[in-house]
Amino acid sequence: MGASEIPMLAVRGLHASIDDTAILKGLDLTVNAGEIHAIMGPNGSGKSTLANVIAGRPEYEVTDGDILLDGESLIEMAPDERARAGVFLAFQYPVELPGVRYWQFMKAAVDAVRKERDETPLQVREFDRKFTGMAKTVEVRSDLVRRSVNEGFSGGEKKRGEMFQLAMLEPKLAVLDETDSGLDIDALRAVARTVNEMREPRRSMVVVTHYQRILNYVTPDFVHILVDGRIVRSGDAGLAEEVEDRGYEWVTAGNGAAS
Amino acid sequence: MTTPDVLSRETPQDELEQEYKWGFTTEIDVDLAPKGLNEDIVRLISSKKGEPEWLLKWRLRAFRHWLRQDDNHPDWAMVEFPSIDFQDIYYYAAPKSDDDRPKSLDEVDPEILETFEKLGIPLNERARLAGVAVDAVFDSVSVATTYKDQLEKAGVIFCPISEAVEKHPELVRKYLGSVVPYSDNFYATLNSAVFSDGSFVYVPPGVRCPVELMTYFRINQEDSGQFERTLIVADEGSYVSYLEGCTAPTRKSHQLHAAVVELVAMDNAEIKYSTLQNWYPGDKEGKGGVYNFVTKRGKCAGVDSKISWTQVETGSAITWKYPSVILQGDNSVGEFYSVALVSRHQQADTGTKMTHIGKNTRSTIVAKGISASHGNNTYRGLVKINGGADGAQNFTQCDSLLIGDKCGAHTVPYIEVKNPTARIEHEASTSKVSDDQLFYLMQRGIDEEEAHYMIINGFCRGIFQELPFEFAMEASQLLKVSLEGAVG
Repeated sequence: MGASEIPMLAVRGLHASIDDTAILKGLDLTVNAGEIHAIMGPNGSGKSTLANVIAGRPEYEVTDGDILLDGESLIEMAPDERARAGVFLAFQYPVELPGVRYWQFMKAAVDAVRKERDETPLQVREFDRKFTGMAKTVEVRSDLVRRSVNEGFSGGEKKRGEMFQLAMLEPKLAVLDETDSGLDIDALRAVARTVNEMREPRRSMVVVTHYQRILNYVTPDFVHILVDGRIVRSGDAGLAEEVEDRGYEWVTAGNGAAS
Repeated sequence: MTTPDVLSRETPQDELEQEYKWGFTTEIDVDLAPKGLNEDIVRLISSKKGEPEWLLKWRLRAFRHWLRQDDNHPDWAMVEFPSIDFQDIYYYAAPKSDDDRPKSLDEVDPEILETFEKLGIPLNERARLAGVAVDAVFDSVSVATTYKDQLEKAGVIFCPISEAVEKHPELVRKYLGSVVPYSDNFYATLNSAVFSDGSFVYVPPGVRCPVELMTYFRINQEDSGQFERTLIVADEGSYVSYLEGCTAPTRKSHQLHAAVVELVAMDNAEIKYSTLQNWYPGDKEGKGGVYNFVTKRGKCAGVDSKISWTQVETGSAITWKYPSVILQGDNSVGEFYSVALVSRHQQADTGTKMTHIGKNTRSTIVAKGISASHGNNTYRGLVKINGGADGAQNFTQCDSLLIGDKCGAHTVPYIEVKNPTARIEHEASTSKVSDDQLFYLMQRGIDEEEAHYMIINGFCRGIFQELPFEFAMEASQLLKVSLEGAVG
């Protein structure tokens, strides 16, 4: 990795709050192109806040600091602009959209992203091929095309759907917000497989997770431990195992200097 | 107390048959009758159309009944507007060159065609491509009719009602006012007196109408009221699907539109009536816009008959309409599928009446109301099960969607059951476009306005499915146009 290279994601001294309660208190994070980083931490440490603040969720207020994607600040950008710039958030709780067909939803999203890259909208047949092919690859339910987005889906189906969308949209940066939580082993493997297949030199991923479980299938380049709104410790994949063995208390009890 | 005998209070016959005292005759070329309504205007309208005596009498009866209403228009609807000065309205307007109706599109005023273009209705191309017969009503008088031959071959009569009066007087006379009598309500009475033109459809026994029938109504003349009269009769075992699209250009003052639509379905007949209404809703401050006070009613006269109303109402400053079905024949079916969208300062009080008279009659009501900006939306519906309607069933679903915090949604269902074997179901819901839904869509790169539009479109999906395909596309486009500036 050349030192001159611009990181895919650079979070600089980020402070963010919700309803005037400070959650992130000076967070720094650098993710280079092609890297997978895992963010771990106890409940309430600010993991999901970080994921949502990167995506620009309006309920959160950034009070200080900056977030740069490929060298460009996201702070003043609306959520849809960030998405078109290449930020993808796999939701912890995917939202149901009654009556909105998955196919149409995905077509609109893919076209919006393509437009931003000065690409023409996909022809219906072309898009249809991509949609059907990807649905097979990601192993989402075969009737997805006709379904309303997430309506009546099981928890696992919703999460697989997030992976399907990730694969369809081919973002520069994918942030997975506890995608692994509540999944059975098959769904977990399927999710992990998509993450591994999506791994490529011009794409970075941030995997936010409470458990080390998903990291048995996805090997991160770096693991960061988030406590009380700051990254208190960073390391390689081994750190995740250490946390799994010793618990977060071990990190918080003085072993926590950020490295 | 006795019921007032309408006939006895009527003007004597000789007065009815009097020569029109201002001397207007058919020879006089009046494109625009003076403002205001009096008996002379009624006679003028009738004479301009060369109507037979019976129709003039019917109009005059309606007019006199209307006079006795003493501005007694319905005040129970949840709409507010300043009182209408009925003497400040033009009751007859015709395009400049209506002496001869154009034989082909080449003969149609290019300006009229251009207006249709602007509205996205390329009459000549689209009619053929879509296989649709178009009877284009431009300010009260039909200017172009296509697909006549194909219909004639099938024996289907589809023509301006004025032409039907001329060519098929026995049919018009038999059914006109048979579902909506001239004394029905204030606006229906007014319409009966002064109706300008509209469509007439007759489908003979056993015929499945080979094309979707489509009419575009459009209000153009400033300050002109438009009083369409539509009559559709489906004889035994026949089927017809009728589409009506409405558009009006920007006008400063309010325009009154008081139409009447009557449908009659005989034994085993089916009528599907679809409406897209996007008349001028008024500006952002609530100035201007169309008053859409319409009486639409169908009668399932025969056994196993079916009448289905589908409406997408996005226009007009005020909408007051209740497309209804009288379920007279045993086993007959009535349906009402509606999307009503109000934005800006629009007000809509709309719904349906399902009157169950025959045995084992069934009705379905699905009403979706969308309120945005300062709009106010009311669903008002009556399900009435008469004593003899054994085994009658109704299912009603009313859903409201709110956008913003200055709009309103109201649901006023009336249920009257006089038969213990009836089964009635009513479901209702009110929801808002949630921030979570918006964020989810926007996180996928879809802009805020489009995101709103997708959620709203999803909300209406069940209704759009009831529309013929090309209309469903137009309907969702219409929602988008109507919500411009109200979301995002």
